[in-house]
Amino acid sequence: MLYDALVGPFTEFEFMRRALAAVIALSLAGAPIGVFLMLRRMSLVGDAMAHAILPGAAVGFLLSGLNLFAMTAGGLIAGFTVAILAGVVARSTGLKEDASLATFYLASLALGVSIVSIKGTNIDLLHVLFGNILAMDNQTLLMVAFNATVTLLVLAVIFRPLVIESVDPLFLRTVSRAGGPAHLAFLALVVVNLVNGFQALGTLLAVGLMILPAGIARFWSRDITGMICIAVFAASISGYAGLVLSFQTRVPSGPAIILVAAALYIVSVLFGSVGGLVRQMFPGRHLEA
Amino acid sequence: MAAQLKFRDVTLGYDRHPAVHHLGGEVAQGALLAVVGPNGAGKSTLFRGIVGLLKPLSGAIRTGGLDVRDIAYLPQIAEIDRSFPISVFDFISAGLWRGIGSFGGIGKSARERILAAIAAVGLNGFENRPVGTLSGGQMQRVLFARVLLQDARLIVLDEPFNAIDSKTSADLLALVRRWHGEGRTVLAALHDLEMVRANFPETLLLARGPVAWGATEEVLTPENLLVAMRMCEAFDDSAAACVDDDSHSRAA
Repeated sequence: MLYDALVGPFTEFEFMRRALAAVIALSLAGAPIGVFLMLRRMSLVGDAMAHAILPGAAVGFLLSGLNLFAMTAGGLIAGFTVAILAGVVARSTGLKEDASLATFYLASLALGVSIVSIKGTNIDLLHVLFGNILAMDNQTLLMVAFNATVTLLVLAVIFRPLVIESVDPLFLRTVSRAGGPAHLAFLALVVVNLVNGFQALGTLLAVGLMILPAGIARFWSRDITGMICIAVFAASISGYAGLVLSFQTRVPSGPAIILVAAALYIVSVLFGSVGGLVRQMFPGRHLEA
Repeated sequence: MAAQLKFRDVTLGYDRHPAVHHLGGEVAQGALLAVVGPNGAGKSTLFRGIVGLLKPLSGAIRTGGLDVRDIAYLPQIAEIDRSFPISVFDFISAGLWRGIGSFGGIGKSARERILAAIAAVGLNGFENRPVGTLSGGQMQRVLFARVLLQDARLIVLDEPFNAIDSKTSADLLALVRRWHGEGRTVLAALHDLEMVRANFPETLLLARGPVAWGATEEVLTPENLLVAMRMCEAFDDSAAACVDDDSHSRAA
């Protein structure tokens, strides 16, 4: 009975197996990116970037129909353009990154909405907005896996400069020139993972599988390695449980995954071992030294 | 002794307003130089110019062929995000950047050097503590340990003993003397004149322009200090472009 509910869907249906593979690939790459977004106080930047990608995807869609490659390419171009322009402006002027990004993503969004209103149908675009992880074909799945692999490799390369840049940017500037490239590479990875996520979860929820697991991890670990491991684990569990939930009920797959992650987040806020509310209310007797 | 630092009529500032005005002179290799002056005198600006974070508005600063990585810089207001989950050990290990770069592993000998630096600043037992849990003085010790690992020819410390208790500043001052003994050039911006008189053979008294520069007891005279105190802090938005006459550049 329990087996039928929890494992059955995946042994029985290929589309469920594909969906599970995709969501695990997304978790492996997206969750570490989310941890850095959170630690660099850029959680909402991820959300803004998701909006910036949308017009690019829409243009791709208008040019060549519901072709995932065209939409991905369009999304990547729009996302990179906004990310790099915002990053360059923030680095070369005194403007803070968030203000700089807000300007560019709003312009990008306005441009995209204009294009769609002039020459588009809204129904297919809803598919882009909310994604469909249950409709993964081979090509899409391979692409998700490829992007995830690239993300992990690049993250490994820029890990040390990225950590030191997050802690003490001035110090990094005095010992190395790696800070700027690492920062831009990181923004590029954010875009790649958002585009990756929108195949499965849609543009609006793609950022969810990055940020929510990072938020969960914050309540269970004090060091960055632990946080990344916990975030990947939490994202994978949310993905799996969300797929099961959506299979057994009428909840669509994307929202189901994010809802499970949100439930885990609430549990973490309450019972987390690092700064959880219950732990704060009943801290135990103070120590001797 | 050869010069480690040469200032050739340097003017440093922001938006064309000078914060350090027409400074000329040399710092010898292995010098231990205190930079003294009121708030807003341009001490931090001068240091930012030396480490290359700020380009001079005019003139030039020569560092005697030193790469930027041969200069260790401890800023007055560090832009450190102390909520970032990083341990004291990992934080200090970044001081080895010149040797290990972005990818190099931290081997056994590097580990020992890091632990030795932690011991040298008296933070044994703090290796695995997140930096966010340290007190202000402990954090300053951590920053000194990182400077220690940087193994730099030129060390620039911007008000390193602000809000630091006497025990900690004595410990850290011992490190400064050790660097001096090793032949490194050390510059420190300081406000405690007693400390300067007791430990620093050479002093630059700065108030926008150089007021005096030389042996500490000759620089820190009541007359000179009075001149420095009178310095006007505010920028004049309607100031005319500076006519580059040589009269004030030779005050030193």
